[in-house]
Amino acid sequence: MEAIIKVEQLTHTYSINTPFERKALDAVDFDIYPGELLGIIGQTGSGKSTLISHLNGLLKPTSGRILFEGQDIWSSPALTRSIRFQVGLVFQFPEYQLFEETVYKDIAFGPRNMRLSPEEVDRRVRRAIEFVGLSPSVLERSPFELSGGQKRRVAIAGVIAMEPKVLILDEPTAGLDPASVESILSNILDYHRANEATVIIVSHSMEEIARTADRLMVFSGGTIPLSGTPQEVFAHSQLLEDLGLGVPQMARVFSRMRAMGVEIEPSVYTIPQAKEAFLRAYRQRKGGQ
Amino acid sequence: MALRDITLGQYFPGTSLIHRLDPRAKLLFSLLYIVALFTAKSPLSYLVTFVVLALGILISRLRLSVFLKGLKPIMIIVILTAIMNLFFTRGGDTLWSFGFLHITENGVSMAVYMMLRIIMLLLMTLLLTYTTSPLMLTDGLDRLLSPLKHFKVPVHDFTMIMSIALRFIPTLIQETDKIMSAQKARGADFESGNLIQRAKALVPILIPLFISAFRRAEELSVAMDCRCFHDGQNRTRLRQLKFTANDAILLMFAVLLCVAIILMRRFGI
Repeated sequence: MEAIIKVEQLTHTYSINTPFERKALDAVDFDIYPGELLGIIGQTGSGKSTLISHLNGLLKPTSGRILFEGQDIWSSPALTRSIRFQVGLVFQFPEYQLFEETVYKDIAFGPRNMRLSPEEVDRRVRRAIEFVGLSPSVLERSPFELSGGQKRRVAIAGVIAMEPKVLILDEPTAGLDPASVESILSNILDYHRANEATVIIVSHSMEEIARTADRLMVFSGGTIPLSGTPQEVFAHSQLLEDLGLGVPQMARVFSRMRAMGVEIEPSVYTIPQAKEAFLRAYRQRKGGQ
Repeated sequence: MALRDITLGQYFPGTSLIHRLDPRAKLLFSLLYIVALFTAKSPLSYLVTFVVLALGILISRLRLSVFLKGLKPIMIIVILTAIMNLFFTRGGDTLWSFGFLHITENGVSMAVYMMLRIIMLLLMTLLLTYTTSPLMLTDGLDRLLSPLKHFKVPVHDFTMIMSIALRFIPTLIQETDKIMSAQKARGADFESGNLIQRAKALVPILIPLFISAFRRAEELSVAMDCRCFHDGQNRTRLRQLKFTANDAILLMFAVLLCVAIILMRRFGI
C-alpha cells in the first residue's frame, strides 16, 4: 500500500548554537498508511510532540524530509499551508485555544480559514459537533461556560470540522475523568471508521492505546526503538520496562502466569481478550482431565 | 524568528567568576557603570568603558553570538536615535544641508557617541541578566532597597511582584508559542494581509493568552494563600546572599572607574 505520509531521516534540533541546544529527533524514518489507526507512545520529552508538529508543517526539519502523498511538504509555501488542512492536529489540552464568543464560531474557525462557502461551513460544524457527542444546542453557547470535558470536545470538533485526511491527537484524554476518557476515545474511533480517516493518537497510557491502535510506534530519546502491532510490541515487555513505559496490566498478568508454567497464549493485553483466554484455558484443562 | 529564541531577560546558567558574584555587587556595578558611561565624553574615556565591558563579556565565558542576538530587537531604536542626533544637533561646521535638514560636525560625533552609549548600556544589562538568575536578581534588589522599609515603602511587595513577573515571562512566551501553533494548525495566518487583517489575526492568540494568564494568577494566589504566604517582617531565606572579597573588589573597581571617567571629563582628556 502507498504511504500517505512518509518520514525520511527526520532530525530536529532546538535552539541551535545556544547553550540550550537539544536534539529532539534523531534521523527518524517511518511511514503512515491511509486508513490506519496508529498509536505513538513514549515518555515525556521523548520527541513525540516535536514529531507531530512536523507532520503538518508547524516545525521545519533541521534535516530530512516529510512527504505527504509523495510531495515534500516544504517544497512550496502554498503546499505547506494546504497541508495544515489535510493533516489536522489536536494539541495537548486543546481547550486552551478556544477564543470565540460561541461554540459555533469557534468550530467554524478552521473551515472558514479554508475559504469554504457558508453552507459548507455550516454542514461541517454540525457534523463535527455530532462526532464529538455534543448536542447541537451548545452551538450557541459561549465555550467558556462549558465544563472541561465539553471544552475538550469542542476543541477536537474544531479540528475535525476541517475534515482532514489525517487526524493527529496529542494526549486527547489527558486530565479527564474516566467516563469522558471512554466516550472521547469511542468518538475518535467512530470518526475513524465513518470517514476511513487516518488517525494518529499520541499517548503515554498503554491501556488506552492498546485498545484503540492497529499499530504502535514506541518513542524514546528521539528515536523509534520498537514498532509493530500491539501484540508484537507488548511481547517485548522487558524492553518496554527498560524504556520506563511498562506494559498493560493484562499483558503483565499473562506473562507472569506463563512464567509460573500456566499454558496460556502470549499476545493478550486487553480485558475482553483476557476473559476469552482464561475461559479457553479453563475449558482445555477440564477437557484434559 | 521563533518566540522561544528571544533572549532578553534570559539567564544562561554557568560557573564563571561573574556568575558567582553577589547579585547586589553586580547590580551596583551596573549602576555605576551606567553613570560612567553617561559621563564619558572623550574617545579615550569611551575606550576605557568599552574595555571594561569587553573584559566582563570575556570573563562570563558566554558566546558573543548570544549578546549580538540580544542586541538585535532594539537595533531599530539605536538607529533611530542616531538619525535624530545626526540631523538635529547644531554646532560645528555644517557638512551637508538640504531644506531644514543639516548635518553638522557635532551632529556626526553626537550620533556616533549616542549609538555607542546605548549599545554598551544594553550589553552591560544583558551581561547582568545573562549571568544572574531572576531569583538572585530580585533577592539582590530586595536587599539593596531594604533601607527604604524605614520609610514605609513596601519593598518586599515590589520585589515579589517583580520576581513573579520575571518568573512568568518564559511561561507566557511558551504559552504564546503553543497557542500560535494550535491556531496555525487550524489555518490561522499571521504573516500575510494588511495591517488591519494582521491585527485581527492576533485575536485568536490574545484571548486564550489573557484567559490563561488570569487562570495562572488565580492559581498562584490560591497556592500562596494555602502556604500562608504573607509579607512578614522577619522572613528567612532559603538562599542567603554572601558578600565576598571578590564582590568588594568589584565595587571598588566600579567606584574607581567612575572617578576616573569623571576626572577625564573634568580635565578634558
